[in-house]
Amino acid sequence: MIPFSAKVAAARAAAGLSRRAGAGGGTSLPGKLLLGMDPDAVTRLSGRLSGGVIALSATNGKTTTAKMLASMLEPEHRLCRNRAGANLASGVASALIGCRGADMGVFEVDEAALEELAPALRPRVLGLGNLFRDQLDRYGELELVAARWRRISDGPWRLVRNADDPLVAALPATAGSLSYGIDDPGVALPELPHAADSKWCAACGERLHYDAVYLGHLGAWRCPACGSARPSLDVAATSVVFDGLAGTDITLSTPLGDRRVRMPLPGLYNVYNALAAVAMACAAGDVPLERMAAGLEVFGPAFGRFERVATGGGEAVLVLSKNPAGANEVIRTLAHDPAPKRLVVALNDRIADGRDVSWIWDVDFELLAPAVESVVTSGTRAAEMAVRLKYAGVDPDVMTVEPDLAAALDFAVSARGGPAYVLTTYTAMLELRGALTRRGVVPPYWEAA
Amino acid sequence: MTDLRVCHLYPEHLNIYADRGNIAVLRYRCERRGIAFAVAGCGPGDPLPEADLYYLGGGQDRDQVAIAGDLVARAADLRAAVAGGAAVLAVCGGYQLLGHGYRGHAGDDMPGTGLVDVVTEAGPSRMIGNIAIRCELDRGDPRTVVGFENHAGRTHLGEGVEPLGRVLHGHGNNGADGGEGVRAGRVLGTYIHGPLLPKNPWLADWLVRASLERRHGTVALDPLDDALEGEAHRVAERIAAAG
Repeated sequence: MIPFSAKVAAARAAAGLSRRAGAGGGTSLPGKLLLGMDPDAVTRLSGRLSGGVIALSATNGKTTTAKMLASMLEPEHRLCRNRAGANLASGVASALIGCRGADMGVFEVDEAALEELAPALRPRVLGLGNLFRDQLDRYGELELVAARWRRISDGPWRLVRNADDPLVAALPATAGSLSYGIDDPGVALPELPHAADSKWCAACGERLHYDAVYLGHLGAWRCPACGSARPSLDVAATSVVFDGLAGTDITLSTPLGDRRVRMPLPGLYNVYNALAAVAMACAAGDVPLERMAAGLEVFGPAFGRFERVATGGGEAVLVLSKNPAGANEVIRTLAHDPAPKRLVVALNDRIADGRDVSWIWDVDFELLAPAVESVVTSGTRAAEMAVRLKYAGVDPDVMTVEPDLAAALDFAVSARGGPAYVLTTYTAMLELRGALTRRGVVPPYWEAA
Repeated sequence: MTDLRVCHLYPEHLNIYADRGNIAVLRYRCERRGIAFAVAGCGPGDPLPEADLYYLGGGQDRDQVAIAGDLVARAADLRAAVAGGAAVLAVCGGYQLLGHGYRGHAGDDMPGTGLVDVVTEAGPSRMIGNIAIRCELDRGDPRTVVGFENHAGRTHLGEGVEPLGRVLHGHGNNGADGGEGVRAGRVLGTYIHGPLLPKNPWLADWLVRASLERRHGTVALDPLDDALEGEAHRVAERIAAAG
């Protein structure tokens, strides 16, 4: 019988080969090989982390939240993390193979893979963020994902959950769980958006009432029929002030005290990401408030999340936009700044994007239309994206259809003026980064997350 | 002035595949031609508005169950509206409810309106993917419809009932008989979303014309520039053909 250490060494060697062969960063392949040799590899390897594991999942914000949490923990811990959205079992196993000498794990986990990975990772803290409709052809209906989470949420870990999401707040929890949310009606929306996913009470099915709607179906909710309501908040943002695309000031209210924090990130969704990271750090138990705040204040954007890059011909801001709730927040954030913008909107329909592209019709491109100076649509469904923008009110005369991603980017940045804002689906982001990496202007994606 | 009145049935429940995109396309294509466009929502318990076109989208299982009874209670009103010349477009879950209903695996049956003679039963797996079909809504004018399908139901048409089209690529009603959707006069049902109308502007215009006939007779529609729509249609057909 082959010893476990030899299997790990073989899988580790495969990662190096994959990189040298130019086949990517080995973010999934070594783990896949190792899991083939030993299905319990995740449990065996994660059990060696003396400080334990923190795992988190959500439809939107996983990568940014994990990076924020790492930014708080890294001064004191050597972390093992999965990168670049490699958040299935193979990606987590690859990360575990790759980090020698780590004492703690921080892993983002795919929503549908959590049911398998949570028992394997046995995290000390499990953070559950939000559930939005995403890739219906891959994940199925939202209810199915919620049902998977219901089966594992009250396991032997400290649960941290987004109280503002009625589906997440309704999950069973053991004692000691922490809830987070926003408590500032000043940044609430006037009404529940049309694309809101969860309008009905999880307990009794009646329509929920919102005292404040913050993002999608997230907010201060209550059910007038059965009396269930948003749980009280252990960690909250009690004052949120936006400074355009430059940053956001929030007042954190935590069990460790209050603290005003300036985050160099735009958008209310990043406030939710920050709250998730702070609440998980609180649940982990050994992180002072000052270090949480410092982690948020020095935080740089995660891979492709309002990330500024030089393209060789100009500047671009890469913005991952892969489902209605996430894309609508990107648009809300961009629309805060009324200056005319040059856009690239890249829509791919590969398996990791979801083959079904109907979701673009749940995105409020109408809000962005008045601020569009010009737009290049790109990706495997470039023309379809152009149709969407046309019906959103963008003048076809300022639109260009260019399926080739790098050519689309070059075309957009060749004009004078500010940066081109590049909204892309997941695989389009990877392809675009690949093109920029070959030009030597951005680091490869497996080093960037 | 020519005007089109649309009733969007259960917009809060049946909206899973960006169904508002279909409404947006109908609105745009009417307003560009100087045809006034009005849409009225109709939720459970609301009075049924008088309309030229009734629209039913698809929903999550739970939302479909929530409105099925309410819809069935309106069957006679809807039948009267259709007899009076109204058109109907029903997509995915709405299509299933337009027929005699849905037979689930265990206790999750749903009644239907019986407005069209089709019946749906739960299948062992979901039929998911890009789809293209061939239709001939007007004799001698064959066209294609492209989009996406994602359904567990297998729908079977009654004797002599006409499908919306024949499957070129994809699964269609049941994956077996080559038919997709249903067509009975001005009543259309289909599994195709994407949404249905943006990439199939000819079908949007067919629906506008069919709906206007009720109060305005035959209306000729000015042509619009559909270059982008045409390109999106071609790409979708190519992707569907590649499987």
